[in-house]
Amino acid sequence: MASLDDLKKRISSVKSTQKITKAMKMVAAAKLRRAQEGAEKGRPYSDRMNNIILNLSKNINDKENAPKLLSGSGKDEVHLCVVMTSDRGLCGGFNSNIIKKAKSYFQKVNDQGKKIKIITVGSKGYDQLKRLYENDILEKISFKESKNANYFDAEKVGKIIIEKFEKKEFDVCVIFYNQFKNVITQIPQEQQIIPLKTSEGEKNSTIDNYEFEPEEDEILSNLLPKNISTQIFKAMLENSASEQGSRMSAMDNATRNAGEMVDKLTIEYNRSRQAAITKELIEIISGAESL
Amino acid sequence: MSDEFKVEIVNPDKSFYSNESVREAVVPAFEGEMGILKDHISIISFLKPGIITILNNSSEEKFYVEDGILEFKDNVLSILTSSIYNIKNIQKDKIATDITEAEKALKNPDLNDEGRYLISQKIDVLKTIN
Repeated sequence: MASLDDLKKRISSVKSTQKITKAMKMVAAAKLRRAQEGAEKGRPYSDRMNNIILNLSKNINDKENAPKLLSGSGKDEVHLCVVMTSDRGLCGGFNSNIIKKAKSYFQKVNDQGKKIKIITVGSKGYDQLKRLYENDILEKISFKESKNANYFDAEKVGKIIIEKFEKKEFDVCVIFYNQFKNVITQIPQEQQIIPLKTSEGEKNSTIDNYEFEPEEDEILSNLLPKNISTQIFKAMLENSASEQGSRMSAMDNATRNAGEMVDKLTIEYNRSRQAAITKELIEIISGAESL
Repeated sequence: MSDEFKVEIVNPDKSFYSNESVREAVVPAFEGEMGILKDHISIISFLKPGIITILNNSSEEKFYVEDGILEFKDNVLSILTSSIYNIKNIQKDKIATDITEAEKALKNPDLNDEGRYLISQKIDVLKTIN
């Protein structure tokens, strides 16, 4: 049995851990509010962008000459997977959920005899994937220095993707991120961005007769690269909100567990203290009796 | 009022500007400046560097924009852009550095005609603000 001193030490160490997790929870809660706001404010932009592109692509009759970013390269051989994770740990299942989703996708693609290539955004994703897929990782990007998700970072990632697409390094591009639903639920998502999926089931939405200036395909070829950055940015915003939410609930759990542990240890401490006192008393009494 | 429409300018990370009662908006569309009034036909176009002017009955507001997409539909004009500044708030020295940077970019021999056109446009506009 642990001595009284040991127990005391353990109690104080658990207590200080609890302080840390509590503080992290508070910080995450504060950041979460901001990130959530950001994600909500960012939605109109990406929604509108999607809307415009949807309208444009419906107006394109000549599918053959449509920009490659929309129609794809015609093949389905190499899949580029952009796995977006956080740069920091201690956020519960946040990163491993994305990785799990991504890995099952890799498996599926590999089983079909196709190749995968990976770009990781965020250092945690790289750490988890490098053991199994080291050779498939083309690039690892991390935005540790930037405090919040910002559009320029997203544009950088977008440019890399487009560059690789133009060099015909891949045919299909999928991004993986966590969609923020609420503090306890984040849903890992896979979203195909090249070729763009336009069949979003909105058949009854009336096609508006737009005037285009310049021509449709010229606008499209200008807009599609931007759309990729926008989608990445949206994913980054969702991700950062999810990360904070996930961290907050993980830290909340940790704080509660630490509290339970302190309670248990305190009871054990008190019991053994009492046992020690009783033992001493018995010793004194039996000593007095033997006289 | 009957001859007013709505203008919304959206950044990737926030809603930048919104005004319900606009009488006329002048935007630097890619193929030339375009004035938009109420009941304009639905249009999609993109922007070149230039100045957006938003007029309502009593006042006008000006914004400097580098690129973006504009959509007009059902009397709502939405402008999606990642680089927009209110001319009132833009700093003089930022303009100066932007001009020198743009001039440097113009000397790049790999630039295609379209890029060259856009950058020289940008320099012209920036000079008029300055």
